[in-house]
Amino acid sequence: MSLPRLKDVAHKVRSKNAGPFWLTIDIFCGTPEAYEIIVEKLTSAQVARCFDTPEQTLKRFDIADLNVVKFSLPRPTIQGSIYDRDMHGASWAALLAEVEI
Amino acid sequence: MVKVLVPSGALGLNYDKKALQRGILAKPDIIAIDGGSTDSGPSYLGRGVSKYARSSTKIEWAGLMEARAEAGCPLVIGTAGTCGTDSAVDWMLDITREIAAEQGRPVKIAVLRSSQDADFIAKSFRSNKVTPLPNAPEIDVDTITSCTNIVALAGAEQITKALETGADIVIAGRTTDTAIIAALPLNQGLNTGGAWHGAKIGECGALCATNPQSGVILIDFDAEGFTITPMADDAKATPHTVSAHMLYENSDPFILYEPGGYLDVTSSKYKALDDISVRVTGSKWVPSDRYTVKLEGARVAGYQTVVMALLRDQHYVAHAQVWADDIIAKCSAKARDRLGLSEDDFSLQIRLIGQNASFGELETNHILPTEIGATGIVTAKTEALSNEIAKLLNPYLLHHPLTVEEEVPTFAFLFSPAEMPRGATYEFVLNHTLTLDDPMDAFTLEVHEFA
Repeated sequence: MSLPRLKDVAHKVRSKNAGPFWLTIDIFCGTPEAYEIIVEKLTSAQVARCFDTPEQTLKRFDIADLNVVKFSLPRPTIQGSIYDRDMHGASWAALLAEVEI
Repeated sequence: MVKVLVPSGALGLNYDKKALQRGILAKPDIIAIDGGSTDSGPSYLGRGVSKYARSSTKIEWAGLMEARAEAGCPLVIGTAGTCGTDSAVDWMLDITREIAAEQGRPVKIAVLRSSQDADFIAKSFRSNKVTPLPNAPEIDVDTITSCTNIVALAGAEQITKALETGADIVIAGRTTDTAIIAALPLNQGLNTGGAWHGAKIGECGALCATNPQSGVILIDFDAEGFTITPMADDAKATPHTVSAHMLYENSDPFILYEPGGYLDVTSSKYKALDDISVRVTGSKWVPSDRYTVKLEGARVAGYQTVVMALLRDQHYVAHAQVWADDIIAKCSAKARDRLGLSEDDFSLQIRLIGQNASFGELETNHILPTEIGATGIVTAKTEALSNEIAKLLNPYLLHHPLTVEEEVPTFAFLFSPAEMPRGATYEFVLNHTLTLDDPMDAFTLEVHEFA
């Protein structure tokens, strides 16, 4: 049996630029139960692998009051540079949402 | 008490007229709207132009100019024309002049300019007044002078100067999103942390509430904090929608850097006053010992030409990556050979839309799509060269076989000509701050009266 993916447990995952040089991903867990599962199961190492970024560059915020787990990282390519594929950083959430936890 | 009415997250995104009318009846002290962002990429800053249609901007701005006259308070726009360069400010000023004539109402306009002279920034760089922010690219004097536009982000101090002219309307070049909202409550001596926090929550309009499309919100600032109330019939602010807005486009959800210090919302308290309003207290402002403003700069990164083909034959769809990699290798060799180029003179990419165009090698989902849009992107140092290389690429995208044994295939082209010149492509090169002795050192202020 395959493991559940982040999107099966979380209410919503979104990503967006935080300025041209940073990317930020918000995981809205929806309930305290889902929040506990995601905080426990989703490791920073997994997220770093997903975005092919060194783990030490990743900023992680576990925000129990909002049932949110947030990650920020230097943008994998600077916004709008010739190898950038996603001007608004909109699609990165989909890649993380499909990670097995 | 200072009431700030925010019609929407940006001029050009429209606002709910009925909600705006309700906001005016609440007797705001100022109407503040943002006009831009870096979010649409470096081309707007590089060229100094707006991303929004002039027609939308004019209709929405005319509505706000009417609202201002009715409310009898100042109207301020920050980051006019998407990028906030002098050219974008002049575009906005021109629209304002047209509307003032059509409305037949005299107005006094303060214009705050944020464009920077490259030589001034280069001089500041040499005297160590330009400091990198986290993940800033390496720069030197040549990087600075190669920018087609550089802007500095004004804070509350410069907006206050503009308001102190007694202007009816302030058209500001690049500012922080929050400065236009925070300036008046700060100038009235209200709670500093509350002023910046309320400004951050309100800067995207009703995005901090349910029914975010409705746009209009009212922020009521006082000595302890602020109260936020959406103006549309069906919009509600809750402690959750308001506190969650600190996540939006912020790399740190608790700290927000602004000229002159930073906002810390770690200890902020969010309380529902009724079904629609939220009161926030306990936000802290931490002043810095130096006054710094953030810089943004963009320059030409090259010239691009795009060629697209559609793969529908399942044999080619199944082997599209091999096919694309082979085309890149063969076409690049041909460009080097026939045009005498080196590898650094151009870049050739083929992105497979439908397969992995979003993430390339990081894509983890592998299913066979019905069709693939093969998007060839050529970037070169001149427009003529990028068009020439795109013409070398054209026959490959039309006819390249996977193996020499098979019949020569033909793929679907969308257009004739197939080559789509995109002109100059720009890149952001500054993620730095500039230290100023006086907040107005990098900004200028002028006043216009339209009779």
